[in-house]
Amino acid sequence: MISLLMRDLRLAVRAGGGFGLGLAFFLIVTVLVPLGVGPETGLLAKIAPGILWIGALLACLLSLDRIFALDWEDGSLDLLATAPLPMEGIVSIKALAHWLTTGLPLVIVAPGLGVLLSLPQGGYFWIVVSLLLGSPALSVIGTFGAALTVGLKRGGLLLSLLVLPLYVPTLVFGAEVARRGAEGFAVQTPLLMLAGISFGAVALLPFASAAVLRINLR
Amino acid sequence: MDLQVFDLAVARGGVPVLEGLNFSLAEGRALVLRGPNGSGKTTLLRTIAGLQPALEGRVEGAGERIAYAAHADGLKTALSVTENLSFWAQVFGKEDISAALQGFDLVDLAHRPAGSLSAGQKRRLGLARLMVTGRPVWVLDEPTVSLDAASVALFAEAVRGHLAAGGAALMATHIDLGLDEAELFDVGPYKAKPRVSAQDEAFL
Repeated sequence: MISLLMRDLRLAVRAGGGFGLGLAFFLIVTVLVPLGVGPETGLLAKIAPGILWIGALLACLLSLDRIFALDWEDGSLDLLATAPLPMEGIVSIKALAHWLTTGLPLVIVAPGLGVLLSLPQGGYFWIVVSLLLGSPALSVIGTFGAALTVGLKRGGLLLSLLVLPLYVPTLVFGAEVARRGAEGFAVQTPLLMLAGISFGAVALLPFASAAVLRINLR
Repeated sequence: MDLQVFDLAVARGGVPVLEGLNFSLAEGRALVLRGPNGSGKTTLLRTIAGLQPALEGRVEGAGERIAYAAHADGLKTALSVTENLSFWAQVFGKEDISAALQGFDLVDLAHRPAGSLSAGQKRRLGLARLMVTGRPVWVLDEPTVSLDAASVALFAEAVRGHLAAGGAALMATHIDLGLDEAELFDVGPYKAKPRVSAQDEAFL
């Protein structure tokens, strides 16, 4: 298990691993939005939490099809399936590796990019908290989508269409936490909903992902 | 414990390709599957390896005892030869990869990225993976594709060593490996008759 995680992390940071892809996309979105919206800091400050969340979500989506597609193409997925690791363990490790290489870096750079969007002062803490809590759900749900579409040629479009609706609850409550935090309101309700979605997804979806992966490997 | 196959029928994409298969493979023996292209050798091997369910019949003595090698080698081009092998060794709970490196003459290539190897060298690395799994039953699908004569001899030597150590090997191959222990098994007579499938596999 650990060796699979280490291999995935090592592959992500080597040439062609796509480690910086999500980060670069996130950076581009948050740099371009102020240019597109105009120099109104009031408006920017109002939409900043939402923009950061949408940017993080899309950056996450961008790298999803790599989770299983590469292992499928070179045959390692078949070999992993016959290895003494449970399939649920394999998909959980894959989701964890995706989160460590995509979700976590996004959480870390989000406050820095908040400056570009003139995020109100109280918002920095809550954008980090909401992304930290919500991004594992994005990775786990995305892994499920990637398992569904593995083996399909050009499955990226289908993957996005399948995963986006599943991302909506996470986005709604995540952005709500960040928005309320930025405006100084109580965040408890959306925070609890976000935590519920995240923990529920992490606990249950690996079983679904493993089941669809087994069917797709036939 | 022998690998035994009883009344096995296998299907590819919902269409039965082979049926009524019965054979057993004892320790120290090798079984070479023969049959024309498309006759279902790969499907049979995937079923025995547990990657797809059998249509009918059962396989005993497989499961966690199988080390499977397919057409694709499962190599990561960005990792070195040593890293690739060590990864698989760790997955199977082993440490030592030196025997596998020596057995397939990969010592000189140990630090090269797998992406820079030739097709035959990649194949040798893919086969060396079998030696680090420590599993008794090797299930091999066309193991000698793109190997030169010297490498085929290395491979035959590795299989011989594996059989001598009490292992078994089931392989689909078209060339003669010169293994005395090997029996031939022609899948031709077991071709499945067309039948109407009661269930649509897509909805299983």
